[in-house]
Amino acid sequence: MKTVTADPKGVDAGPHFMDGDHALAEGALAAGCRFFAGYPITPSTETAERFAERAPEVGALFIQMEDELASIAALIGAAWGGKKCMTVTCGPGFSLMVENIGLACITETPLVIANVQRGGPSTGLPTLTAQQDMMQAKWGPHGDNAMIALSPDSPQECFDLAVEAFNLSEYYRVPVIILTDETVGHMHEKVVIPPADQIKVVPRNNYSGPKEDFRPYKFNSQGGHPMTQAGDGYNFHITGLVHDERGYPVMTAEQGKIVVTHLMEKINGNADKIIRLEEDQVDGADVVVVSYGITSRIAVKAIQDARKEGLKVGSLRLITIWPFCEKRIRELAPKIKAFVVPEINYGQMVLEVERCAAGQCKVISVNHCGGAVHEPEVILDAIRKAAK
Amino acid sequence: MSTQEIRFSGFGGQGIIRCALITGKALSLYDDKFATMTQSFGPEARGSACAAQLVMSDSRILYPYITQPGVLLALSQEAYDKYYGELPKGGVLIVEQDLVKLKSDHPDLKLYRVPATRFAEEVGNRLFTNLVALGFFTAVTKVVTADAMKKALPGLVPDRFLKVNIKAFEKGYEYGIEALKTAGAAS
Repeated sequence: MKTVTADPKGVDAGPHFMDGDHALAEGALAAGCRFFAGYPITPSTETAERFAERAPEVGALFIQMEDELASIAALIGAAWGGKKCMTVTCGPGFSLMVENIGLACITETPLVIANVQRGGPSTGLPTLTAQQDMMQAKWGPHGDNAMIALSPDSPQECFDLAVEAFNLSEYYRVPVIILTDETVGHMHEKVVIPPADQIKVVPRNNYSGPKEDFRPYKFNSQGGHPMTQAGDGYNFHITGLVHDERGYPVMTAEQGKIVVTHLMEKINGNADKIIRLEEDQVDGADVVVVSYGITSRIAVKAIQDARKEGLKVGSLRLITIWPFCEKRIRELAPKIKAFVVPEINYGQMVLEVERCAAGQCKVISVNHCGGAVHEPEVILDAIRKAAK
Repeated sequence: MSTQEIRFSGFGGQGIIRCALITGKALSLYDDKFATMTQSFGPEARGSACAAQLVMSDSRILYPYITQPGVLLALSQEAYDKYYGELPKGGVLIVEQDLVKLKSDHPDLKLYRVPATRFAEEVGNRLFTNLVALGFFTAVTKVVTADAMKKALPGLVPDRFLKVNIKAFEKGYEYGIEALKTAGAAS
């Protein structure tokens, strides 16, 4: 990925005491996001507020839309108008966005959506935490889609992963979803924003060759293909229908195979380059705790206590949720006794762990119906059982 | 590794959340500690009982919420009634003395009382109650330095009121130092 240093206008460098929601807005601005459309919803509203407050001085545009359907549609338009763009929401709003997230996938439109998860289903628990939209991020839109989702464990990582989300989104021309949660979104911690010259950003890759040669698409299962922005004089067409490299509809099974293969493989085929994990004492462990977001911090507390009891426990933190780290789980499964998977939902990512472990070790779900984080003791108990 | 858990409480509008923000910023930016702040959301943050929680430590904080606060700052009767029972033996209880009627002398706790609202009015406006209370809190708990607290104020109080906020903080701080001396002499 070709990178440049960040535009200093968007970078509020220095140490801050900031919540995760605000850090998401700062990360977006640092990454070059200059268009935000959204509809307020707890617990994500603070991101919108921060972006709105900073937009005039940065030279960005903020629009409060009439709803979430319009918000995501505005993002698709803004992206093809040349802007890096973002929206934030939580479960109820994400559900409304799902149709057009599919449109962004097939039109290969870069955009970033942060889902600051709260308890569901429906309007559920507006002010309380959850991790219940993990599967929705992947399976929300109909049809085969491959997309990228990241999960920060702190306000600092909200900043860092917002930058990374934009970089991945620009390169792979795909929606990137930041799956955070109410706890991380609303808690304040120290966030250090580096100076602009230390932040690497993937710039918008706009085509600049002969007009007749421009193609908005290239079905080669790779990222990095240039786009154009409306008004630059290059003819282009985008549609939700299966299309050729010019973007015009070609509704045949043969073309469907070409397009869908490309959409899936540009992400799945580059999974090794995209996936980021944080591992601690995984080699030689009897039990590996797989966790993400706020739950990974609670899990570390439980792991520390388990180690004091002499148990050999490793930690595997998913920074990248989708694509899922299939290869690493497959490598570890035959070497360990069990995976323990705590999450603030009724058991979602544990299904992926089970699928990849394929019966070679136990997989223990430590689920939680939402509204709070786990008590560390609950995870510790599961580790003890798993080690037997 | 030492971890300390602090609850700031009162009614919405007293600047309770601001207290936790200032202390968290002071600790994590200027006192070289780790601090994680969480707060009330929903209707309770907008008029009735309101609370903000701070976990501070020498190392990274894993569990972001408080489990047993060692320090409680209660600026309203409701906050005191609701939370004082959480304090362990030897815990620090700081109350607004004109707004909180104590249910006991709390012999098991380190009890401190400060007329924060009255002092704030003397400084110019009862809006500065939270800064008086924070100054007092800083002096009696010593969990954070006064220097760091003052450095943390810009950006968290309006620029034009920075000086008077510092004055309010210092008034509370000095009263806290005196309170410590009195407590020391009594024991």
